[in-house]
Amino acid sequence: MRKLIQKLLRQNEFYILLVILAMAVAIHLRSGHFFTGNNLVVLASAMVVPGIFAVGAYMALVSGGIDVSFPALASLAVYATTRLLVDAGWEGGLWLPFLLVATISAILGAFNGVLVASISIPVLIITLGTLNVFSGFMQGALSSVQIPNIPPAMATFGRTYLYTATHPQSGRTAGLPVSFLLLVAVVAIAFVVMRYTTFGRSVYAIGGDESAASRAGVNVRRTKFFLYVLIGVLAGLAGLVRTTGMGQMHPTNLLGMEIMVIAAVVVGGVAVTGGRGTLTGAMLGTLLIVIVQNSMILVGIPTVWQRVALGLLILIGTGISAVQITRSRRRQGAMV
Amino acid sequence: MTLAGTPVSSKAPRTFEFFRDPHVTRLAGVLVLLLGFFAIVRWNNFSSVNTWQAMAVQFPEFGLLALGVMLTMVIGGIDLSVVGTANMTAIGSAMLMLWIAPLDSDASNGSLAVIVAIAFSLIVGAIAGAINGFLVAKIKIPAILVTLGTLELFTGIGIVISGGRSISGLPSEYTNVMGSTVAGRTPMVLIIFVVGAVVIWYLMNRTAFGTKLYMLGSNETAATFSGLKTTSLIVRTYMVSGIFAGAAGLVMLANYSSARADYGSSYTLLAILIVVLGGINPNGGSGRLGGVVLAVVILQVLSSLLNTFHTINNFYRPLIWGTVLLLVVIVNQWDRNGNLMKMLKWKGRQ
Repeated sequence: MRKLIQKLLRQNEFYILLVILAMAVAIHLRSGHFFTGNNLVVLASAMVVPGIFAVGAYMALVSGGIDVSFPALASLAVYATTRLLVDAGWEGGLWLPFLLVATISAILGAFNGVLVASISIPVLIITLGTLNVFSGFMQGALSSVQIPNIPPAMATFGRTYLYTATHPQSGRTAGLPVSFLLLVAVVAIAFVVMRYTTFGRSVYAIGGDESAASRAGVNVRRTKFFLYVLIGVLAGLAGLVRTTGMGQMHPTNLLGMEIMVIAAVVVGGVAVTGGRGTLTGAMLGTLLIVIVQNSMILVGIPTVWQRVALGLLILIGTGISAVQITRSRRRQGAMV
Repeated sequence: MTLAGTPVSSKAPRTFEFFRDPHVTRLAGVLVLLLGFFAIVRWNNFSSVNTWQAMAVQFPEFGLLALGVMLTMVIGGIDLSVVGTANMTAIGSAMLMLWIAPLDSDASNGSLAVIVAIAFSLIVGAIAGAINGFLVAKIKIPAILVTLGTLELFTGIGIVISGGRSISGLPSEYTNVMGSTVAGRTPMVLIIFVVGAVVIWYLMNRTAFGTKLYMLGSNETAATFSGLKTTSLIVRTYMVSGIFAGAAGLVMLANYSSARADYGSSYTLLAILIVVLGGINPNGGSGRLGGVVLAVVILQVLSSLLNTFHTINNFYRPLIWGTVLLLVVIVNQWDRNGNLMKMLKWKGRQ
């Protein structure tokens, strides 16, 4: 038991959990609305899109790169899919939208992958380029507009709820969409892949030390390529979920979300220098940011403060982990 | 023309050295080709003085941002917060000016307001940069995350103090000074950019600070062991970047004659594109100012050229900037591989 407690105390994730609980209690005491079925359902459904994005951002960070192109990639893939299906008058099942999005986003992800695997400059700069190529292609070449009527299968998917909570006093309802299961599935698969497969271990190894990984027999370029294909597919899925949830395709709705998602993952203790961090941490970080964004109104803080809060959260979150790294390095140095 | 703004022309013997850098020569070639293309395809626009004057008013705002980003990239960091800093200082100085010289106040108030606003912008820019530098150097948070965080923070502060609205109705003295033309048709903002470029040139080529920047960028450990005070150096670098962002804020304030927290959001990419296009190694340690100044001019010419094609809508702009950025990094990579092969062969002969 003592060992378990000691292990917990050493983990970043434990402290984030404490912060989340403390915040939840504080918000509940102030507004009386945190621990209501409605609010919890609202938070859970707000988690879905940033959660799936965060899985991809976590993978990119673990490999030592910062990908900022994923919201643009998702927008382009979902816009192209919706446009194709609407123009063709698709009335059939949900499998085709998912298949199309996965294919298109895999191709776009491969575009990122080829560049990242073959060019030795920071991934941030490469993906800043592809971010603009993707969004510019969508808005310029495809001259994207809002698509109000998405294919019926997609609309139905967005309106199907696993569970509906009703507020006892106001009678307002909040539904937990089926797509929450998709988030759970994605997280579970990513957990297994990153922890128990050669691919996942290779991603960690590359993030830790690329040349060491290469010497240890990891095919660095191939791993990076498939990593960015995977990140692309995850982003495309998240984008599709957002579109089904809104019941319409809004091409610019996701753009700019990258900062919030990267902030969430980093606050969750995933090192931006690569090689360190857990999926649990990434998910807790996302939950923390989703709570902050959704609860400011509950506590009575005007929404103009939202970006200040996000900025401070990034700086404090990364600051704490940076100080920890410096300390542990110093300790290791003292031992040697 | 703006090429005269490149500081090298002040000393004749160095001009030769300037073109000895292959990257700079390549850029100069690209600029000449681009200008030739412009002249052939759009002679009417090309031959009009108004075109050149409009260009000279537009590029200083993102050119100043790029100069700051350049310094941070030379030391192996990056500054993504420049646009946030520029908007925050612009909003702050606009509100300060409105407070000192409300509408219908006399000219002396207006002049005072202008001086205070300029001082305020540069000081707040320096403070913002010092915060970035402190977090990078002392707390040891990676520069990307620090400046991503402060981008949000500074933009957020801008939104909070302005309530998310645009601040306008500046004293006429401000637009008179900043919008004026000197010596015929040279816009004031162009002079600000040239002064900024000369300051950076002096810092990088004529002071120990500049030499230390390159040392720090090429190998931080070695720089520390050879006795460089890296913390102070990093803080000062980000401060210079912040001051230049403050100056860019002043220029933006003059060009839009208002301030708002979401102005120039595309400038983050543009500044990085310019710096990378200018031949600064994003991993730090190498690159020259001349390349960056040429890159600023090239992008402005390209942008003005695009403007003359009415069929190309504005949404194509990110596509073009992004493609140019990717092409540049691909070409640089290919070039580097060539050098690498040579190095390997040379080692093999030993």
